[in-house]
Amino acid sequence: MIYSVLAAAVVALSAWAVATFPRSVLVFLLFQGSLLFTYVAPIPAWLRAVLFAVALLVLMPVIGYYNGYYLEVATQVGIFVALALGLNIVVGLAGLLDLGYVAFFAVGAYTWAIFGSPHANQIFGGGAFPLAPGWFYLFLLVGLFVAAGTGLLLGLPVLRLHGDYLAIVTLGFGEVIRVLANNLDKPINITNGPKGITPISRPPMPFGLPTSEAFYFLVLVIVAVVIVVNRRLEDSHIGRAWEAIREDQLAAQAMGVPLVRTKLLAFACGASFAGVMGVVFSAKQVFINPESFTFLESIGVLAMVILGGMGSIPGAVIGATVVTVLNLQVLKGLSLWLNELKNAGVTVLGYSLTNLPTQLEPAKYERMIFGVILILMMIFRPQGIFPVRRRARELGRQE
Amino acid sequence: MTTAAVFFEARNVTKRFGGLTALSSVDFALESGIASIIGPNGAGKTTLFNIFTGLYPCDEGAVTFKGRSLVGLRPDQITALGVCRTFQNIRLFANMTAIENVLVGMHARVTLGLWNVLAHTSRFRHTEPRLQARAEALLERVGLRAHANDVARNLAYGSQRRLELARALASEPSLLLLDEPTAGMTQGEAVALMRLLRDLVTDLGIAIVLIEHNMRVVMEVSDRVTVLDHGEKIAEGTPREVQTSTKVIEAYLGTRARERQPRAAR
Repeated sequence: MIYSVLAAAVVALSAWAVATFPRSVLVFLLFQGSLLFTYVAPIPAWLRAVLFAVALLVLMPVIGYYNGYYLEVATQVGIFVALALGLNIVVGLAGLLDLGYVAFFAVGAYTWAIFGSPHANQIFGGGAFPLAPGWFYLFLLVGLFVAAGTGLLLGLPVLRLHGDYLAIVTLGFGEVIRVLANNLDKPINITNGPKGITPISRPPMPFGLPTSEAFYFLVLVIVAVVIVVNRRLEDSHIGRAWEAIREDQLAAQAMGVPLVRTKLLAFACGASFAGVMGVVFSAKQVFINPESFTFLESIGVLAMVILGGMGSIPGAVIGATVVTVLNLQVLKGLSLWLNELKNAGVTVLGYSLTNLPTQLEPAKYERMIFGVILILMMIFRPQGIFPVRRRARELGRQE
Repeated sequence: MTTAAVFFEARNVTKRFGGLTALSSVDFALESGIASIIGPNGAGKTTLFNIFTGLYPCDEGAVTFKGRSLVGLRPDQITALGVCRTFQNIRLFANMTAIENVLVGMHARVTLGLWNVLAHTSRFRHTEPRLQARAEALLERVGLRAHANDVARNLAYGSQRRLELARALASEPSLLLLDEPTAGMTQGEAVALMRLLRDLVTDLGIAIVLIEHNMRVVMEVSDRVTVLDHGEKIAEGTPREVQTSTKVIEAYLGTRARERQPRAAR
């Protein structure tokens, strides 16, 4: 009871605080923390659902009205949550280490980018493109299937490999897709090479919502669908077969699990989530080029899955949130703050920060701090923030 | 007498690993009941199982089950046909619960496609509880119902062996291959397990092939015994016949032992 009141109070209070101090990163972190508290606090499930619904459907858009950047952060978090959940199927459940996951994201993004911009005219001639913005919604499905198909294509030759070997080949695959995007501007200009594609059409916004709000809700809906799909897969014979393959491939096969088909399904499912989000991403950004799909992005998504807890859905969600917020807000905020101190000529322990060499500029610490956090996590909580909890099944009455 | 297809038959099975001949021209047949394969370490018993279940291809020979050749089939296809096994060095899905392990065993019997899972169709919603009820019944049968939600890794050694048995039974086999099911068990546990196997044969009508080292168990429970040594079949028959075979005694105790201890094989 006390927790219920507390959770509601924390959410309300932090939302009010954000509206009052829309510029403060700390206050926005407080708001995110309140959601985390709501998730872990021992409160009735309905109340948790209500609080989440209010926070995500009402409070967040209102906060976004005061500070549009926060909505951008929330949207990016959503995109990465979907990516992490997709990779979680491949790496967390099926145990297939995929280091080129962002390739599927790229495939989805380019699918809409090419047809949703005038660029397609260069391939097909004529002036039929860009497609009407309404096609975007159909292309969510097209992106899904194209990415899933790419997943199958990658899977077929690669799935005989295990562990490290699989990781290396998928890494190579990810790079191949990026290099293809970089170089397919001739002989036929498909991707427009390093210059990228722009302008990419944005979908018509339902209910006359402002663009950023509309993208926020779109991403929210997709994430909700992805979570439901994930849970259903996990709680079925398919999810159990994936886990069995992760635990002991040979035993799984001897128990009747067809290895190739089951692994391909994992690859295709994981890839399809990335494909859908790729379509959203390209429309949201209006401009894409190969730089958005580097190896570092794949590693970033993998870090989310590992940080959150491999094979765990809440883990993937929290992992994606923490990493994205860390990158977009905390580390950036820290850099800005240190820079301010430096410019103000503050002295620490008799050392004037103004004398700090430019090589040690705070902005350059970001990756290092992120790395340190990852290392500390691996030392002190290697199972992740929300590790998989085995679901205890209710047993039938004993006759 | 020419009968219809033999239930399970392996003929002339030969397997070489490089220069080593692990099995040479082994014949094996089973109609029903419990058959045991015994032999000293390295005799090729587990290799034979691996060939039966499709984990290894055999270099020569034929394996047929209910008149169908198993040669060249994948392990999961063989399991789907009704031949399932356990492993000598327990190979459970260590981080999954006992009941989940059994549920994985049913994989070959679940015919639902992806769409049923994603849409939670009524077929799916009816199937899942039925699978779970069957898994519970199987756990009950091997005495692990109370541990249904325990992670397999944390089960006692003997329990893990019984869980492997339940998992194999979950695939509804008509032929069960058990690789040293009593290894690491006390004599009491082993006897209880053999009673269970006997019951399975009478209740479910399945046939069982055992690889066993516990001779008391073997002689008590088997209808027929096959003895392998250095990849060759050296004896076959009822437990009594095998016990008195000179070749078997030689294989187990060496050539001169028989002279000293005429009744060495108990």
